This record gives sequence, C-alpha cells and structure tokens, in this order.
Amino acid sequence: MIVASSPSLPEPVGTRFEPSSRTQARLVQLARALHRAARNPSTLAGSLIVLALVFAAILAPLLATHDPMAQDLAARLTPPGAAHWLGTDQLGRDLYSRLLYGAQPTLMIVVLVVALSAPFGVAIGLLAGYFGGWVEAVLMRVTDIVMAFPRLILALALVAVLQPGLVNAVIAIAITAWPPYARLARAETLSLRHSEFVEAARGLGMPSGQIITGQILPLCLSSAAIRATLDMAGIILTAAGLGFLGLGAQPPMAEWGAMIAAGRDHIFDAWWVAAVPGLAIVLVSLGFNLLGDGLRDVLDPKHHD
Amino acid sequence: MKPMRLMLAASALALTMSAVSVEAKSPPNVLVVAKNIDDIVSLDPGQAYEFTSGEIVANIYDRLVEYDPLNIDKIAPGLAESWTVSEDGRTFTFKLRQGAKFASGNPVRPEDVVFSLRRVVTLNKAPAFILTQFGWKPDNVEQMIKKASDTEVTLTIPETFAPSFVLNALAARPGSIVDEKEATKNAKDNDLGNAWLSRNSAGSGPFKLRVWRPGEAVVLDANKDAVKGAPKMNQVVLSHVAEPSTQRLMIESGDADIARNLGPDQIAAVKDKPGIKVETYPQAALHFFSLNLKHDKLKNPAIWEATKYLIDYDGIANTLLKGQMKVHQTFWPEGFPGAVNENPYKLDVAKAKDILAKANVPSGLTIDVDMISSPPFTDIGQSIQATMGQAGIKVNLIPGTSAQVITKYRARQHEGMLLYWAPDFMDPHSNAKAFAYNVDNADTAPQSTTTWRNSWLIPELSARTKAALVERDPTKRLDMYRDLQREVLKQSPWSMTFQAQAQVALRDEVKGFIHGPTNDLVVYRNVTKN
Amino acid sequence: MRGLVLGGVMAARGFAALLITLVGLLLVTFVVGRVMPIDPVVAAVGDKASAETYAKAREALGLDQPVWIQFGRYIGGVARGDLGQSSLSNRPVSEDIARVFPATVELSTLGILVGIILGVPLGVFAAHRRNRWPDQIIRSVSLLGYSTPVFWLGLIGLLIFYAQLGWSGGPGRIDTAYRYSVEEWSGLMLVDTLYSGDWDAFRSALSHIALPALLLGYFSLAYIARMTRGFMIEELSKEYVTTARLKGASEADVLWRHALPNVLVPVITVIALAYAQLLEGTVLTETVFAWPGLGLYITNSLFSADMPAVLGGTLVVGVCFVLLNKISEILYPILDPRTRSR
Repeated sequence: MIVASSPSLPEPVGTRFEPSSRTQARLVQLARALHRAARNPSTLAGSLIVLALVFAAILAPLLATHDPMAQDLAARLTPPGAAHWLGTDQLGRDLYSRLLYGAQPTLMIVVLVVALSAPFGVAIGLLAGYFGGWVEAVLMRVTDIVMAFPRLILALALVAVLQPGLVNAVIAIAITAWPPYARLARAETLSLRHSEFVEAARGLGMPSGQIITGQILPLCLSSAAIRATLDMAGIILTAAGLGFLGLGAQPPMAEWGAMIAAGRDHIFDAWWVAAVPGLAIVLVSLGFNLLGDGLRDVLDPKHHD
Repeated sequence: MKPMRLMLAASALALTMSAVSVEAKSPPNVLVVAKNIDDIVSLDPGQAYEFTSGEIVANIYDRLVEYDPLNIDKIAPGLAESWTVSEDGRTFTFKLRQGAKFASGNPVRPEDVVFSLRRVVTLNKAPAFILTQFGWKPDNVEQMIKKASDTEVTLTIPETFAPSFVLNALAARPGSIVDEKEATKNAKDNDLGNAWLSRNSAGSGPFKLRVWRPGEAVVLDANKDAVKGAPKMNQVVLSHVAEPSTQRLMIESGDADIARNLGPDQIAAVKDKPGIKVETYPQAALHFFSLNLKHDKLKNPAIWEATKYLIDYDGIANTLLKGQMKVHQTFWPEGFPGAVNENPYKLDVAKAKDILAKANVPSGLTIDVDMISSPPFTDIGQSIQATMGQAGIKVNLIPGTSAQVITKYRARQHEGMLLYWAPDFMDPHSNAKAFAYNVDNADTAPQSTTTWRNSWLIPELSARTKAALVERDPTKRLDMYRDLQREVLKQSPWSMTFQAQAQVALRDEVKGFIHGPTNDLVVYRNVTKN
Repeated sequence: MRGLVLGGVMAARGFAALLITLVGLLLVTFVVGRVMPIDPVVAAVGDKASAETYAKAREALGLDQPVWIQFGRYIGGVARGDLGQSSLSNRPVSEDIARVFPATVELSTLGILVGIILGVPLGVFAAHRRNRWPDQIIRSVSLLGYSTPVFWLGLIGLLIFYAQLGWSGGPGRIDTAYRYSVEEWSGLMLVDTLYSGDWDAFRSALSHIALPALLLGYFSLAYIARMTRGFMIEELSKEYVTTARLKGASEADVLWRHALPNVLVPVITVIALAYAQLLEGTVLTETVFAWPGLGLYITNSLFSADMPAVLGGTLVVGVCFVLLNKISEILYPILDPRTRSR
C-alpha cells in the first residue's frame, strides 16, 4: 500500500530536508522518484522517445523537407531515396514530412483523451468508493456496462454517430477509456475510507467534499498517473485503429493510422507507404509503455522489484 | 530442462503451422472470380438492386427482350421470339419462344411472364420503379399485364412513351422471368416467394444459384437446359475478396481466374506478368462533383462554372486513376446511342480565378465535400481539394461510408458531393431524368435525381426531357437528348468528370468472358478455360 | 478455498447484475444505432426506391414506432431468441451469427492456445531468470506486443509470409478451390476438413489460419507472459519455496511442481481476460485477413447501418466479454490481497 510503505522509502543520499507539510512531503517523494526514474533505463528510453515525439510535433515545420500536403502525381509511390528520405505515398506526398506532422494528431489525441477520461474516471471511482451504498451500486454498474463493451467496437459505433474526425475520435476513445480509472480509484478509496487519518478528519467535522479532494484524491493520483501513462500506448493504438478504418483524422491531415490504411492498397508494391507510419506507431507506443513501466517501478512500490 | 523442452515444442508447432504452404489452382471446370460481393442484399429479381446482385440475376434469369452485350445499339429477342407494338404505342404483344424450360424442368409459359412482371409491381421493392414508371400500379396490373394466348402475352401502358424506352426498361433486371410454380410453392406469408428467391433461384438462364453465403461467396451451377445452350463451365464461384491487393495476389497465384476490382496500381503490377491479361471495358457509371444550391453561398452560377475549370481531369485520368476512368463531361456515357462525347473543360486555375473575380465572388469560399471513404473517391477528392485550393476555394473533405454519404445526400444536407451515377436501364431517359429533370424542388417531394438532390430547379429543361421521352421517331429522339446533354454541360451546378472503365485481369486461358457496359451485361455463359 | 466459496457467493449475486449489464449494453447499442446518421431504410431498399417503397420498408422495419417501443420489442425478441432480421443479408441475425461466429471462435481459440502454450512457460522462465538476459528479452518481446497495432502487423505478415515467401495461405479461411468441397459439420474449418478426411483441404485451412492465429497469439502471449512472470516472482519469494529448495528439490520441480500450481488461479484469470481482449482484437484482424467472422460482420453491418445485425453481434461479443470478465472478477479476490483483507 502506498500510504504504509511511503515512509520506509530509502532517502537519497545527501538529502537533509525535514518535510514540514504534506505538500512538501509529496514534493520530496516526487524528487526521490524522479531521481530513481533517471537511473532506470526503460524510463529513460521511454522518456527520450516521448520527448522525441513532442519535438517532432512542435518542430515539424522546421524539420520537414516538403509540404506534407503537397501532391506530386508524377512522383507517386517513389521508394525511399535521396529526394524523398522515406519515399512518397499514392498522391506523391513526402512520407518523411507527413510522418513528422503525423506526430501532432497523435500527441493531441493522447493528451486530450487522458485529460478527459482520467479525471472523470477518478471522480466516479472516488464518489463510489467514498459514499458506498446505492451511489456505489449505480456508478459501478454503469462502469461495468461501459467496461462490458469491447472498447474498439464501442468507439467505432460512437464515431459513426458523431461523424468521423479527430475530435470525435478523441471523444469516443475517452468515453471508452474512463472505467479502469474509476475501478482503480474506487479500490484505492475503499482501502483509505476507514484509514485513521480519514476517520480523524471526519471526526473533526471536515465535510465529505474536503476529505475526498484533500485527503483521498492526492493518494489516488500516483496510481492513476501510472495507469494513464500505460494507457497512452493503448490510446495511440485505438486511435490508429480508428484511423485505419477511416474513422479518425480526415484527409489530407497526416495521421499515422489513416496513412497505413492508404498504404494498404499498395502494400505488395510499395511496402514503405504502410510500413513507415506503422513503425512510428510501434516506436511511440513502445515509448509510452517503457515510460509507464518505469514509472510503475519507481512510483508504485507494490510492483517494485 | 522441462520449460526449455516445452518452449521448443511450442515454437516447433508454430513453425510448422506457418510453413504449411499450399499450391492451389482453381479446378479446371470451375471459374473462380475474385470480386467484392458485399453489396448484395437480395438475389430476387424483383428486389435485386446492387451491382453484384444485378450481375448474378442477369446470369440466372432470362428476360423477354435482351441486349447483345457486344452490340448494345439494338435490343434482341430473349424469351420472346418476336413482338409487335400497336399503332398508339400503348400495347405490346410478345410471342414466346417455344420449348424454353426453367432450370426446374417446368416449361416457360405466358403465365410465368405475367406472374413475374406483376409480382415486381406488387412487391414494390427497390427496382420496381423501372416498371411502375409506365403507370403500372398494384391495382391495375391485372388489366395491364395479361396472357393473350398459350404463346403470347400483352402488356398495356397507360401513358404513351417512346416504344424504345419501354423495351429498354423491360430488358433491365426487373423484367426477369421467374418460374411461377417454384416461386409460389416456396411463398411465405403472401410474399410471392420473395424471401425464398432472395437466396434461391428459379430461372431459365444459363446458371442456377447453388448458394450465396454473405461476405463469402456466391456459387452458380450450370443449367444444362438453358434456353441458349449449356454453359461451358460447370460452376462459377464469385469469391468475396474485398481487398484489391489480395485480388492481385490471387490472380497471380492462379487461385482466381478473374479479378474484378483491381486498382490502377494492381493493374500496372499484373499487366505484364506472364499468364495474365488485362482487359478494359467502358462502363455506364459516371462520376461527378456537385454543389447543393440549398446553400446561399453556392447559388452563384459563376461558382459552378469556375469549379468546372478546377478539376485536373487529365491528371486524374492519366496518372492517379490510369485506365480506370476516362474523361467524360456529359450526362450520357460514351458508347451508348445518343451520347455526346465533348469534353470542353480542362484544369485552368487562371480562368477559374478570373470567372470568380468577374462575378465578385467573395474570397474565402469554403465547401464541405462529402465522399465515400474509399478509392477512387478518396483519390479524386484529394486531387480536387488541391486544385480548388489553388483558386482560393477551400475544400473540406468529409469521407464516410456509402450508407452515410447517401443518407446525407438524400436529405440534401451536403454542400459539395463527390459521387457517381449509374443508369438503371439503358435508355437515355434514365439519365435525362436524373440530370435534366426537376419541376418540384420542395423538401416534401423527394426524388432520387441528381437535380433534386442538389436543388437545381429547371422547368425549361424538364419540359424538353419530357418531350424526348414520348418522341416516337428514334433518330429525332436521340437528337433531342444530344441537345439536352450540351445544355446541361453548360448550365449545371455540377461537373461531370469521368466515365468509369472496368479493368479486369484474367488468366490467359480464360476465354469468352464478356463484360458489357453495365453489370447486367456481364456474361459467364461462354467462358472456357484451356 | 476461501476464495472459491467467496467466488460462489459473488457469482450468485452477480447473476442479476449480469443481466442488468447486458440490458444496459443493449440499450447503449440501441441508442447509438438510432441516432446514427445513416438511414437503415436506404440500406434495405436502395437509394432510388420510390417514396412509397421507402415508406413501406420503414414500416416493415418498425421504424415508424417510437424508439422506446422499438427497444421494448427488441428486448422481447431477444428473450425469445429472436435477434431480428438483418437488412444487409436479408436473413435472420441469429442465422447470420451462427454462420460467422464459428470462424471467430476458431481463430481466437487457436490464438489463445498459442498465447497459453508460449506465454505461460515464457513467463515462468522469465521469473526464474529474473532480471537476467532471458528475462530482458522476454520483457522486450512482451512490450513490443503491447505496442504494435495488430492490423499493421497483419499487413506486414501478409506481405512477408504470403506475398514474398508464399509460406502462408492468403486472406480468407481456405482456398476457394476447397471452399465448397468441404462439407460443413461444425463450422470450424480445421475440424470440418479433418472430419471430411480431405488432407489437402486441411492443409489449406491450416495455412490460412496460421498467420492470423499466430499474430493474435503473440498479443495474448505478451500479456500472459508478463502477468505470469509477476505472479511467479511473488510466489518464488515465499517461504515454502525456500524450504523446498533447502530440502533439495530441483529447480524445475520448484518452478513447475511447487510454484506454478499456486499461481494457476490468477494465471487462469489472466487467460480469461486475454481471451476477452482477443475477441475484440479480431475486429481489426478479421478486417485485414478478410476472415468472415463476427468482427468483420459487426464492422460491415455498422457501416451499412444494419442495426439488428450490429445489435446482435455486439450482444454476442458483450455476453462473451461479460462472462469472461465475470470469471476473472470472481477470481479477483484471490488475486489481490488488498480487497481480500477488506
């Protein structure tokens, strides 16, 4: 358990800092965690990949060699070479440049989905866990129903309703992504609900809202954060799947899943059109997985080897 | 080491599984056709309305009159040996061919003809309008469609039409003659055999349906007693293969004898492969880019004209969709009697800009264009998006499934539309009605015509379309359609762009395959291998 | 033992909850289908049907009724085993599903078998060699599995093993040549070809299923191996393991006779979850491999607004999903000590 094991964490050498408040204590904890994270090779590799993604998204206009939308029908399906480093697609667009610009929707989807689903899920879980009774029954039943859906099929159906597009893909994925957070937060809350400090706060007459946000929520955050990081890879894959089925970002936007779909028709003649964006997806989701894995090792002592 | 052994065993299993390679060729007396058959809804000739079902129905059933797929200028005898038209052009008498039999062994009788045509009108399914446009209704078919003698039927038309129009419509798939005895025997809840015929066959054509497994295959067995002689192949399998790239591999490996849905790149790849030949057949389907006049911003005719100069017709037809499309800008396809093959518009950005400027079209025009999210629409769409952009028209492409796109189109909720149109029967009126006729633009009077769906109200052109429909002099009639095509070409709020061409890859040994300009004219009867 | 009793109680209580979940599942799918911007009537009668035909078809589909009546009717039908009529295939949905489901079951079962046969031993082995190079390799393989889009790997697999090397059969379940020579008996192509005694047909079927099954197997392997490793590490740190070692038990005995049986329950839970995920994974896999199963059926129906088909298909996947989840949930208290102590 996080609460119980936190005080027993080894202090990094050279730290002589007496925590004077809970916030400070958490800062210290964070600093230690970061220190350990930096020494964990998979976290490091993961962070580097994710950083590269962020840089590619921001610096795409500078790094690109071509306009990602510019068509050149005469140069369609050119293999990788000097003129086009990663070749061109069926409309003669430069794949290297499209790959770089493709980092933008990928990053956007990941950030937005997590920003939408994690807080919502955690809130549901907190309420269910803290209040119990019929609140819990109703909320967790809804959670179960959403969880009972095959995620991709639900997202598919939702996008079909909302019309294909990047923003709608985000909404659809977010709607399917929150239940695990709710379950996680509920489990954490259950184990904290009767802990001494929560009972104490309640004894002092602290209102439920304050106990939830002030006492319980902070302790659920690290597990939610780990979950979120690990989730990001899954989000990327789901978004790519939607893009592949033609339900994600729309042309001419460079989106990796849609780029694979376009390459599918040419897979046996021009393998690079599908292979290049696919590799990018693998690399980036690997990055998030490594990072999440490492973070879990670092932040969640239960899983700490 | 137990775990090691287990792992080795497991990976050995995995390896053998992937190493099983099978050299499979299609059997000598079976024709395997790789095709996307996902569009089939029903194989009942009174209901079949899709490309693939039309093709299958055409190979299972015979009609009173038919086209020679190689010479579509003239209508030819089918189950009717001969026919006469009364003076007033309203009564058609068909004399049936003697000795014709259905696959069941039952003889083809006038009763079957009467039953078949009446049932289309009574069922009133999707293709019924092809016959009901004569004025036939469920409550008058008893009088209109009658047995005249043991070898004759008479059809009466309540309104006057050009006889060629009536015959052309009867040659379409709802004119298929069904075995009454079989259909009635298998009827359920007064459905005239509809449920049963959707997945079984009762025709006199060269093939009979063995099985249709949705999403997998349609298997046709030869009908040895076919009116026009037994087909050479024992069986035709239309194998569902959605992916063009997979179809290509199947034709290369010999798993398929014919591949029907190859894209330009697959065609280019197999064209010069030994053992494979590629044949190109012009189709009746026409592609267009239309603007919906329900939107005020699109009402200015200068915009219509300008967009006609903002499509890279040649670039698309010669590079992007090489071989699959040819430029065609009028509403009646090349190769059909009466077609005008004039293509005056070329990509000319400067001219388009000039037209827009002269008409004071405000800059920053944005058009949301709906299209089906698969080739060739995606390719054409992205090309148009780029060329329109050069003249300052921003095109937002909204791809969707065809069901989505059509739903929106029917409700006239689109701004721009990238779609195609295929005539329902081979008479110029089929397209004139769609592209040159609209007298009621109200939301309450929905039509499936391109004119209504894009809110283009044209009383004057409509009157001329109507006049052509009843013109009895065939030469004069075709001239009237030629004039209509030129007029629409100039005025329309759409740019007619391309006429589709079917590019089919066949194994060298496959001979006698005929692919006419519509799917109704795909003929398997004469195919041989070796 | 205590866990099993607890599990029984939860199962009983869970049954009612299960029903509610399923009705909720249907309701959501139903609402989604109703608000979808696709006209199901057009799917049924085609685009150019007359207004009269259109109205008739709309009535026949029951679409002229208020939505809640439609839903009530649908639920009533489901209770009687009637899933409605597919507008796309023009057949009862139950018949369609009976036709396509065996293909999915065959594919996903073979996939999960590959995942179990390779994943469990790899997980045990990784725990045994913890933090040494075999563990690192297994971990990387497993992480890659988590990070790769299944549809992309399928495409690349087809490119290499079908197009280039010719080792694997192409898309579909069997070569067209055999498709109608094999008599249908179980709906499982491998079983049917064996049963009919047609060895060539069996080889053809095997060559077709191998690639997608191995692919799906890889994804479940990634999950199963990783979880098994975790359970084993925890188990191996327990006292009785040390005792057994001290008593001179061989390392293989410790791993396979002592530790593994004790983690079997959580491992089976994980397998149930992996199987559920795999059912979902078939949606994209079936698209890539043109595998005529339930996933492809649902996707195609969805795109044509064939709502009875989508609802029926989702219901079947949902039931499998819920059941598999339920199994894992029943076993969950044993898995997590925190909820057990509560």
